[in-house]
Amino acid sequence: MRRTTRRQVLSGVVGLAVGLTAGQAAAQKKYDDGATDTEIKIGHTNPYSGNASAYGVIGKTIEAYFKMINDQGGINGRKVSFITYDDGYAPPKTVEMVRKLVEEDKVLLLFNTLGTPPNTAIHKYMNAKKVPQLFVATGASKWGHPKEFPWTMGWQPDYATEGAIYAKHILANVKDPKIGVLMQNDDYGKDYFNGFKAGLGKDADKIVQLSTYEVTDPTIDSQMIQLKNAGANVFFNITTPKFAAQAIKKAAEIGWKPAHYLNNVSDSVATVMKPAGFENGQGVMVAQYRKDATDAQWANSADYKAWKAFMDKYMPGVDQKDAGTVYGYAVTFTLVEVLKRAGDNLTRENIMKQAASLKDLEVPMLLPGIKVNTSATDFYPIQAVRLSRFKGETWELFSDIISNESPSQ
Amino acid sequence: MATTTTATTEAGAADSKRVQFGRARWIWPVIIFLALLPVIGGKTGLISNYGFLQLSLMIVYAIAVLGLILLTGFNGQISLGHGAFFAVGAYVAAVLIDQASWPYWATLPVAAIVCFSVGYVFGLPALRLEGHYLALATFALAVAVPQFLKYRHFEWFTNGVQGINIFKPDPPFGLPLSADQWMYLIVLAVAVLMFWVARNLLDSRSGRALTAIRDHTMAASTMGINVAHYKTVIFGISALYTGVAGALHAIIFEFVSPDSFRFELSIAILVGAVVGGIASLPGAVIGGVFVQVIEKYADALTKKITAAVHLPIDLEPWTIYGIALIVLMYTMPMGIAGGLTLLWRRIKGS
Repeated sequence: MRRTTRRQVLSGVVGLAVGLTAGQAAAQKKYDDGATDTEIKIGHTNPYSGNASAYGVIGKTIEAYFKMINDQGGINGRKVSFITYDDGYAPPKTVEMVRKLVEEDKVLLLFNTLGTPPNTAIHKYMNAKKVPQLFVATGASKWGHPKEFPWTMGWQPDYATEGAIYAKHILANVKDPKIGVLMQNDDYGKDYFNGFKAGLGKDADKIVQLSTYEVTDPTIDSQMIQLKNAGANVFFNITTPKFAAQAIKKAAEIGWKPAHYLNNVSDSVATVMKPAGFENGQGVMVAQYRKDATDAQWANSADYKAWKAFMDKYMPGVDQKDAGTVYGYAVTFTLVEVLKRAGDNLTRENIMKQAASLKDLEVPMLLPGIKVNTSATDFYPIQAVRLSRFKGETWELFSDIISNESPSQ
Repeated sequence: MATTTTATTEAGAADSKRVQFGRARWIWPVIIFLALLPVIGGKTGLISNYGFLQLSLMIVYAIAVLGLILLTGFNGQISLGHGAFFAVGAYVAAVLIDQASWPYWATLPVAAIVCFSVGYVFGLPALRLEGHYLALATFALAVAVPQFLKYRHFEWFTNGVQGINIFKPDPPFGLPLSADQWMYLIVLAVAVLMFWVARNLLDSRSGRALTAIRDHTMAASTMGINVAHYKTVIFGISALYTGVAGALHAIIFEFVSPDSFRFELSIAILVGAVVGGIASLPGAVIGGVFVQVIEKYADALTKKITAAVHLPIDLEPWTIYGIALIVLMYTMPMGIAGGLTLLWRRIKGS
């Protein structure tokens, strides 16, 4: 990406010019369904119930963020109405709710729908309907294929890249690794695992045990025992929060002490590390791109203070150690930025165009140096991470920024 | 459960007969009205495409509930596993459309045949099981099917946990209908056909044999009824009905995945049958509506009520559903269809 700076700057200028002209040509307001002079309708699905309900806080954060935006006068004078439904992380329910959002509620766009299986179920539908499926809350690499799916875009670093980063780190730091992998059996899990395997390259045979679970399973105890018995000294933990907490706890219970790599989707102190027990989670490693709210070093940064003020005012009573709140805050900032730039041209096409023209956008609560970049061919907004290790009651960053070219499509 | 079922079915059987004949005259205007809905609702904008999807789903569940009613209500065999047949039908349709590019209408007879065979074969061992043993065996089927669909070596055609996306067909001959309106008409037509066949089946010699087996198996067999034959065939027919409903569901919903057919679906179909009226064809329609409306919106309703009356506690999402069930079972032990019949009779009698 760095290689194309010139083109980037150029297209950035063009994008800016387009934005400006759109802003000036106030008389030529253009709207699709869900946008009017006074309102922008945004649709969303999230698991507020069920096994992945730990993510419910993200939906609540987004809702609160839009409330803040509306209190500040809205986006270019338009109030946001945010319609969010519970899909329980169950794809059939997502399909039904999303059809309701698009066909009955007539939202302008779908924002941050959560989960790889739910988003997979609506992927083709959204692109057939030509309704933006923007900044989805999953890091599967398939959200970045603008040629086949021009209406879908991810946000966070993609799982395959993250998996490869762990693989490289293991090969460089663990002597004679015997790797055990616990994986949620769906596209999300497989994406991580495939990236991880690709990162190992010829050392893929160092994986001694791959155990899987279904998101509908009650526990993963037997899988953990299986992994320990396979003699693994490295553990790659590809699990959603509830299972991540179970895995960390169970590993401690059965006295298994591998080098423990946890996937980023479960980096929440409040919903993973705390229920797992802080003493059980010491030394667990994770790749991060957001500031962790429990990390004291950010306490004086401007964006942390703004986030804290937002939390105190709009989300009283919500656990501020929950990483989902930081996630929701940062991703909603990104969308609001896109909508601001879209000006009065609130067509679905223009929104995708603005979303695909973000240049070095600084998003609050991302780690310093990590910026959002997109283009017509790059639908992977965030592509850099830093590794951290759990110490005491918080994450401690220990690596520099590891940046990755997007997997070419 | 077993005792209440037989009690209601015995009482309901005589009623339902009369109800059907009584209603036969005004059933056609209702069907014509439903068939005209796309013109009325679509043109005036009263019913959105999503609304038509909801209506189609109600009809689909009505067919599924009808399948169970044939088996449980009219033959006395209890099944907790009809979600499994629903899933098989849905996957037959989805795989044929997705992998073999079949037209949607051609998948329906195939789904029917496959589900009849599966039901018939499952009905053979089920012959030896009575009452709650049969209920448990079918329940096991319902639990097993989603796991089969996820099985790694079937993934090349089931697509594993990710499920299969298919696309709804556009209406043919350039009809001025949306895809949802068109499919609604198809679903309605299939439903009318299947209810008509079911009614004729029940009114026939075979139908009387089925109810005779339910009411007193030993007496029925003394009368020369081949109990084993009827029991297995009705199991197959029941599975066929529910399987066709599954296939229609896949086509209108445009998506199947193992999680669409968890065992809760089987329970939902059974609850729909009991709430509607276990031995009544109109009961199947009411049951279908119940499955779609109450099941899907109970949690939303619970939330709204919690917010509206400012309850100090958070109600569980299923609270309203549970309350509705208890109230219904107390006030209308013979299902809504049975309850309405009683009510009607009381009004007329007084």
